[in-house]
Amino acid sequence: MLPTVAGIVLFIMSVAILVTAVRAVIGPTVSDRIVALDTIGINLIGFIAVIMLIQDTIAYAEVVLVIAILAFIGSVAIAKFVEGGVVLDRDRH
Amino acid sequence: MTEIVISIFLLVGASLSLLGAIGIVRFPDVYGRLHAATKSATLGVISIISGVFLYFLWIDGIVVGKLLLTIIFVFLTAPVAAFMIGRSAYNTGVKMWGNTQQDDLADAMRKQKKENQQ
Repeated sequence: MLPTVAGIVLFIMSVAILVTAVRAVIGPTVSDRIVALDTIGINLIGFIAVIMLIQDTIAYAEVVLVIAILAFIGSVAIAKFVEGGVVLDRDRH
Repeated sequence: MTEIVISIFLLVGASLSLLGAIGIVRFPDVYGRLHAATKSATLGVISIISGVFLYFLWIDGIVVGKLLLTIIFVFLTAPVAAFMIGRSAYNTGVKMWGNTQQDDLADAMRKQKKENQQ
């Protein structure tokens, strides 16, 4: 039962990532693209977790964690860059 | 029984992720899309990772602490990332949807600018 459910879940997640990629391509502003790419990163975490379940290995646990960290840092960095052109600033009021 | 519980976790997570993706395409402006993206996608991924954690706990008998760490990390950082994206969108002047009724931040920023000039 579980491999069938995992296959269905993988299919649904791929459809979700595909639909989000459409917004990343056609997004009118840069912020739309940042939102879409951040969501693709978060969906990728769930995708790899389901692949862990299918292959019955815990070798990808680090991969999941690192992708979570990179998605967060990338989103924050691009948001700061779009806002002011400076990624690390100390005295913004 | 355990397979049924794990399957429910996985299917709920996948459905929430799909709903978030549909919301990202269908909502009219950036702020609505942020609303769709952060809530449903985050909860969906947390549900999927919980299902995978329960699978390894019940069937293989392994406690994968990194998956728990990932749940906590996503739960903490997704709102922060959404806040940064929303603030940068507002500061760079991204227009709201035409039917938006209320913009409290514009009043607050206007008042603060007036105070700074005095």
